[in-house]
Amino acid sequence: MAGFKNPYDPNIKLSSGCGCGRHATQAEHAAAVETDQLASGSEALHARVVESAVMRALFPQDELRRRFLRAVGAGTALSAISTFFPLGLAKEAFAQTGKLEKPAVKIGFIPITCATPIIMSLPMGFYSRQGLNVDVVKTAGWAVIRDKTLNKEYDASHMLSPMPLAITLGAGSNPIPYTVPAIENINGQAITLAVKHKDKRDPKQWKGFKFAVPFDYSMHNYLLRYYLAEHGIDPDKDVQIRSVPPPEMVANLRADNIDGFLAPDPVNQRAVYDGVGFIHTLTRELWEGHPCCVFAASKEFVTTMPNTYRALLRAIVDATAFAAKPENRRQIAEAIAPANFLNQPVTVIEQVLTGNYADGLGNIIKMPNRIDFDPFPWHSFAVWIMTQMKRWGQIKGNVDYAKVAREVFLATDAAKIMKEAGMKTPTTTTKKFSVMGKEFDPAKPDAYIAGFAIRRA
Amino acid sequence: MSGSGRLAAALLSFLLFALFVAVWHVTTLPGGGGQAADSEYAKLVGAAAASGQKSAMPSPKDVALKLWEHAKDPFYVRGTNDQGIGIQISYSIGRVLLGFGLAALVAIPLGFLIGMSPLLYRAFDPFIQVLKPISPLAWMPLALFTIKDSATSSIFVIFICSLWPMLINTAFGVSAVRREWLNVARTLEVSALRKAFQVVLPAAAPTIMTGMRISVGIAWLVIVAAEMLVGGTGIGYFVWNEWNNLSISNILSAILLIGLVGMLLDQVLARLARAVTYPE
Repeated sequence: MAGFKNPYDPNIKLSSGCGCGRHATQAEHAAAVETDQLASGSEALHARVVESAVMRALFPQDELRRRFLRAVGAGTALSAISTFFPLGLAKEAFAQTGKLEKPAVKIGFIPITCATPIIMSLPMGFYSRQGLNVDVVKTAGWAVIRDKTLNKEYDASHMLSPMPLAITLGAGSNPIPYTVPAIENINGQAITLAVKHKDKRDPKQWKGFKFAVPFDYSMHNYLLRYYLAEHGIDPDKDVQIRSVPPPEMVANLRADNIDGFLAPDPVNQRAVYDGVGFIHTLTRELWEGHPCCVFAASKEFVTTMPNTYRALLRAIVDATAFAAKPENRRQIAEAIAPANFLNQPVTVIEQVLTGNYADGLGNIIKMPNRIDFDPFPWHSFAVWIMTQMKRWGQIKGNVDYAKVAREVFLATDAAKIMKEAGMKTPTTTTKKFSVMGKEFDPAKPDAYIAGFAIRRA
Repeated sequence: MSGSGRLAAALLSFLLFALFVAVWHVTTLPGGGGQAADSEYAKLVGAAAASGQKSAMPSPKDVALKLWEHAKDPFYVRGTNDQGIGIQISYSIGRVLLGFGLAALVAIPLGFLIGMSPLLYRAFDPFIQVLKPISPLAWMPLALFTIKDSATSSIFVIFICSLWPMLINTAFGVSAVRREWLNVARTLEVSALRKAFQVVLPAAAPTIMTGMRISVGIAWLVIVAAEMLVGGTGIGYFVWNEWNNLSISNILSAILLIGLVGMLLDQVLARLARAVTYPE
């Protein structure tokens, strides 16, 4: 049955044995292929047979073919072969994607585990599978990433989920229409305190503390303020909250410049690893399934380069789906820990991704969904973020929450591509959820804001 | 200095260095105490945290090993964000030379003009005095916002920071050329251009070189800060990236290299300055 397998997949063998590794025996594999055959129709399979024959003629030794594909990527191999061989059917299949307006794309990222889908897509080949030649560039801080993206030095970027909303609304920068094609991660943040505070576990004892968050327009800022306010601490009067880039947080905690932070990982785990802090609580305890970072691009990029945008989104959604499976997490940790990406010890990243971690107080905790991955950009997430912007006085006046959410969080596109990737897709774009036991109804945002005792609006 | 005096100085330098390393070694000896955590927990945290302590300063040996590692392979490229320390420092030197060169191209002719005319000197003075003390990091957001390109912005920041010492020194050197020499030139009815190049320039050259020497020092200080802020490439980015990883040995290696290159740049200009000095 070797002739029916994808000859451009470097992970299968064309010669003998079950190459895809998903089946125990070759017979089982054949049965599965036959089911696929019924599903995908004979035309596509016919093309497969032709392609396999071509590939086998070009690479009589299977190992050579696999090494070639691994080195150049399937997309490159296919285009190279199509230039001298009339792979008509293969070309037709490729035409569905459309010609990429800009195959070489630059994406900025901050070295934190929230960027996992953006980073892992490079070493694990999710970009090259879409025919994209992506360069991911490590960037020093959120303000710089914003400026470099607005300058078009980056085509797309890793951002905190409130940033595209703030940029679109013109809070903290000139208003420029921005979009969120996909959420990168859910959960995956924590409140970490300096070890000397290990007996002050009740937030009511935190008066006078100095906290750090990554950026003013971040889920971290809103979640920390929410958490403090729910415990009766006024985040503007009783404590000090300053914005510190994630990589500098552990150094500041170590130097006693701050008492704690609500930060993205691996910062929290790194503080534990270096014996500087302990994890007080994971943010999933505040709001299970909250969004954190997003994959963001300007509206201009989305509209002027639709094919490149869709190919990128497909790569990110595929990577997110891969990362959502717990059994893949160790492999991802190894791929993203080196100096080129996160520059952290592998064990730190592994503890974050697998959720089997040391808490800094001598306990080992098992929490498999400490961080999780779900690309769907719920409109209700955007509305919640805007209610908090308004609650803390970052935006003023009336906001058409639903309209801004619809324009910035591109749920329809994400749903379409998630469906193509075989993921479960929600049928609506809004949902109710509760944050620290308080229900949020996206249809009544202003009533929600009015329901808080501590607020600036 | 006599030969024996030089030897004594070298010996004293070596002794100071040995003393410094010895103190460093003693202060970073692993301290005992602290109860050890169970082995499964210890595997998940760093060595210091496992015994209930904060991770410590690296010892001289750790840093020496790290230096050796960098010296063995300074020019590797393992992707956009991970390149050898040699490549990083070359990026920084390239930026400094470009920004400094541009500043010299602007500052020396402009300084010449200002120095020749007391009117211009007084007119430009308030601007120079206000712009001179501005920190490079304060320029960066403005540069990023207006130039809209981070690479050009870092070069602009070096340019703007190394401009002022050269400008002031050139203007001062030109205006302070001895009256008698100018009068001699006038008596001989030398043309303005010839006067500028054959009388004023050689007379002001030592002061101009001093300004350039100050400027290159400032440019080298600025580049590290600018690269830390913008990221991407350069020795400043290297320091930032290793700060991110809390790798003090790497940061110390970079600090040593930054010091050495700064000294080298200064020495080159000092040699040039000596070449243009003249006995009064």
